[in-house]
Amino acid sequence: MNAVAPHVAETDRLRLAPGVMLRNDRRRDQWMLMGPERLLVLDEMALAVVRACVGPDAADVAAGIDRLTVEYDAPRTEVAADVLEMLTDLRNKGYVVT
Amino acid sequence: MSCALPAFAAASQTDPAPPFAVLMELTHRCPLRCPYCSNPVALDTASAELDTATWKRVLDEAADVGALQVHFSGGEPCVRKDLEDLVAHATEIGLYSNLITSAVLLDQPRLERLQRAGLQHVQISLQDAEAGGADRVGGFKGGHAKKLEVARAVVAQGLALTINAVLHRHNIDRVNDVIDLAMDLGAGRIEIANVQYYGWALANRAALMPSREQLLAMDAAVRARLPELAGRIVVDYVVPDYYARRPKSCMGGWARRFMNVTPRGRVLPCHAAETIPGLAFETVHDRSLSDIWRDGPAFTRYRGTDWMPDPCRSCDHKEEDWGGCRCQALALAGSADATDPVCELSPAHADVAMLRDRDAAALGTEWTYRGL
Ligand code: SF4
Ligand code: SF4
Repeated sequence: MNAVAPHVAETDRLRLAPGVMLRNDRRRDQWMLMGPERLLVLDEMALAVVRACVGPDAADVAAGIDRLTVEYDAPRTEVAADVLEMLTDLRNKGYVVT
Repeated sequence: MSCALPAFAAASQTDPAPPFAVLMELTHRCPLRCPYCSNPVALDTASAELDTATWKRVLDEAADVGALQVHFSGGEPCVRKDLEDLVAHATEIGLYSNLITSAVLLDQPRLERLQRAGLQHVQISLQDAEAGGADRVGGFKGGHAKKLEVARAVVAQGLALTINAVLHRHNIDRVNDVIDLAMDLGAGRIEIANVQYYGWALANRAALMPSREQLLAMDAAVRARLPELAGRIVVDYVVPDYYARRPKSCMGGWARRFMNVTPRGRVLPCHAAETIPGLAFETVHDRSLSDIWRDGPAFTRYRGTDWMPDPCRSCDHKEEDWGGCRCQALALAGSADATDPVCELSPAHADVAMLRDRDAAALGTEWTYRGL
């Protein structure tokens, strides 16, 4: 049986995958994750999640969720569900790694 | 090239949105001789290649037209001694650099120089999961072992690694081994590609075409593994054209995402576009990439949907696959203006199955190595 890859967990520490960088493209006025032969345009929410939860000096994902919960003044369970889903998607697409 | 990129908004009604990337074929020279090489059958010679200063100007123009990435490819781009110089220039002007390579000319010191110049990503082609088959297809003894060594160095240096595996009759049964190998090497991504029949590959189709049984087994094997691979390695997998019912969106649509510059400086909407008769191509000596992108005749010829015949014209998928590949329409339906015959709605679709089955049955056909 093949196991299905687990979701990103609150205890994970995430960083950008090799070759991936956060960039602002001034001409298009867009934030994006630029990676090997690909890019992902980030909306405001995705940018906030990446900034809070991913990076060389980011603590674990839980700390990022705490920050976003305060910043957006929303129930933590809802923020956590959205953030973990988004991060799992970013990991499966190869933009972030644990 | 598979591509899930967002389309960028156009600056105005008349100007097309900028390209995502410019592919620079620095050279057609290559120590390998793959019988499915996508280079044209008439290769550019070394003396015809653009010089360093011109490539730098072309890089400047790539940034000007709004491209975000450059793909240094070939042939084998590492035969160019100025590769480091060109990568450094790309970095300086804010372009993201990818290197598409066979890796046999690379070593750790050169990789380090390229990384210092700003290189981000290395894509290495593997011809098979095992050395015997790989070296036979590439026509280069010791090539496979060298590739593995360089791939490990790429990862050890913290550069992104993609493994590109091109499948055909002689290696398709080992697709699982190729995936395992890519993971063992630490690749972030694997492209499971099937031979695309242009250029040298078209001439060698009868020596390369896999059978339906091989294809189905490979497809089932890959799909069964996708769930466990999620989050561990990115898999770019496309069903091979000749066995598909709908075409791919070739290059993300004609003149929508990519520009291609050949070793001698011809500017193409896709690397195989030169096979299409009657298209006029400009060179980097004629006009800037911005001008060519905006209204170059080869670029506007099949951009968007206005050129489409039926069944595409009245089809709901026309802005998803853009009518498929023009070069394939030419090769299989006899006209680049036709719907890609890979589409089951094309009147020529039955011919594709016939050619495919005929070539798949031509076991024992020897291939011709690409030459220069
Ligand atoms: S396909 Fe093979 S021969 Fe052609 S450029 Fe790539 S490595 Fe060289
Ligand atoms: S008819 Fe044309 S647009 Fe419709 S699916 Fe086929 S190739 Fe695509």
